[in-house]
Amino acid sequence: MSFLTIANLEKSFGTIRVVKDFNLSVDKGEFISLLGPSGCGKTTVLRMVAGFEVPTSGSIRIDGQEVTGLRANARNIGMMFQAYALFPNLTVADNVAFGLRVKGVGRAEREARVAEMLALIGLPELGARYPFQLSGGQQQRVALARALAPRPRVLLLDEPLSALDAKVRVSLRNEIRAIQRELGITTIFVTHDQEEALSISDRIVVMNGGIAEQVGTPFDIYNHPRTRFVANFVGTLNTFEAVVEVPASGIVRIGEQAMRLAEPVEAPRGAAIALALRPEALRLGRAEGREVVLEGTVREVHFLGSVIRVTADVAGTRVALDTFNRADTPPPAVGTTTEVSLSARDFIPLA
Amino acid sequence: MTRWLAWGVFLMGCLYFLLPLLGMAEFSLRMRRDEYSFDAYRVVFADGRFWATFGYSLMLAGWTIVVGVVLVVPTAYWVRLKLPQARPFVEFVTLLPLVIPAIVIVFGYIRLYNTSSFLPLTGSALGTDFLLTMGYATLALPYMYRAVDTGLRTIDVGTLTEAAQSLGAGWITIMLRVILPNVLVAVLSGAFLTLAIVMGEFTMAALLNRPAFGPFMQLIGANRAYEPPALAVIAFAITWGCMGLMQLVSRLSKHERARGR
Repeated sequence: MSFLTIANLEKSFGTIRVVKDFNLSVDKGEFISLLGPSGCGKTTVLRMVAGFEVPTSGSIRIDGQEVTGLRANARNIGMMFQAYALFPNLTVADNVAFGLRVKGVGRAEREARVAEMLALIGLPELGARYPFQLSGGQQQRVALARALAPRPRVLLLDEPLSALDAKVRVSLRNEIRAIQRELGITTIFVTHDQEEALSISDRIVVMNGGIAEQVGTPFDIYNHPRTRFVANFVGTLNTFEAVVEVPASGIVRIGEQAMRLAEPVEAPRGAAIALALRPEALRLGRAEGREVVLEGTVREVHFLGSVIRVTADVAGTRVALDTFNRADTPPPAVGTTTEVSLSARDFIPLA
Repeated sequence: MTRWLAWGVFLMGCLYFLLPLLGMAEFSLRMRRDEYSFDAYRVVFADGRFWATFGYSLMLAGWTIVVGVVLVVPTAYWVRLKLPQARPFVEFVTLLPLVIPAIVIVFGYIRLYNTSSFLPLTGSALGTDFLLTMGYATLALPYMYRAVDTGLRTIDVGTLTEAAQSLGAGWITIMLRVILPNVLVAVLSGAFLTLAIVMGEFTMAALLNRPAFGPFMQLIGANRAYEPPALAVIAFAITWGCMGLMQLVSRLSKHERARGR
């Protein structure tokens, strides 16, 4: 029995259907990310769970309780916002204590809980400060402490990292994940950043046009995208045009080269299909276990430190490929001809 | 060159506004022949009616502020949060008191609430005070609404409301613990403007025949020579004192410092 169940959820604003037949079951303690481009409906789903939007139809159950018709302040959920949303007139400690005070928790217990929360976010000294005296990262951590203090059933994160700079974003997301694991709190995280979603989620829901395109673990989503949208949106992708030779045994042809895919192809013989390949599945030069070797011309070289991303023209398409940096092998020069090897089993057929 | 010109214009402006005030203040000190004295002020302060009318107006100002805050803060908040499309309309309504003369309002009141009407408010002193307070609140509405609305603009009303809701707060808690404290400076500046308006208002108090400060000033002005300018100086002092208080309050509130005042 799942802890949070969203069934057949629909939301329309006027004639525009923002969320279409959205279904999701979240287990207790699970960290779920809603990932998608802006306007895909992910925030609307989150706001319906929070109670800030009323669904047009469908139901939301938390811990067996039907909450669809419940007001936001009666749902016992914690929420973090992109704009921090700390109360500017209250100190950090009073901000964290707000939910407890509303609940009518006694002074001694409240103070103990606030101290515990501030210790949890690693800011035990800052209780007397005002929000404007804190950095963005600190403010967002206080917002997390404030959301967690009243022991909510579900934690909702609405792009909480988007307003922060890159370094703080990475450290704070790890911190949020660590605290979430420690408390075992069921969490829904909305983001448009695929790296963020991949790195901290138990499962990801990739959304597009109000529809959940695919639900799965980060590994699943990245390696076995079920739709072309998911494949394109999550990670970088190289797309090859191939012609089907023998559908049943998965033999296709790219240019002049025939190869055998991992699975049978569902298209008839002679049909053109699209095959996708992650940059890390391509290798510069020949390599063991990569039976397909194609000629290519190097077009761009981006040295990123541990990884070198090379763009090359291979078999009529421009592809990106990643190689690890090695101190004894300098990256290829732009304009040189090179061999690119790959394994046909790594191809992801795109529907 | 432009700098000197700017200073010149500034000084001209200062003289334009300050000279009449100086002349008035100087005249108020001349009650005793051939020497400066505070005699005019002494006469004013010794007059029992001064204190009675001043206290009465102050009390009504207090009630007007209460009515204004209770009426305007939730309204401005609600319009910002839920009815942004109604903003032009609400702004128009709050501006009406600037266009409709007080005398029209007060005649309307007298017609609607006279002793032979369905709600004879003018029949008792308390009822009339209530009417007068409502009238003052109407007159102060444009200033109060604008002050509060500007205050609300500096905070993210929507997100703060949602944050409070997610923490279990209901509407009353949100109003009292989140919205009001964050617009307190704006509310206070609205309150001081209201105070200044009520202290000087003449028409409504006179036509409703209540012993307010405005009619008293008029009475003195019509009958005495040196006391009116003394009263005017006192009235100016009150107004400027209010403005000073406005500044002081916004300086003293801690979390406001972040906004770089």
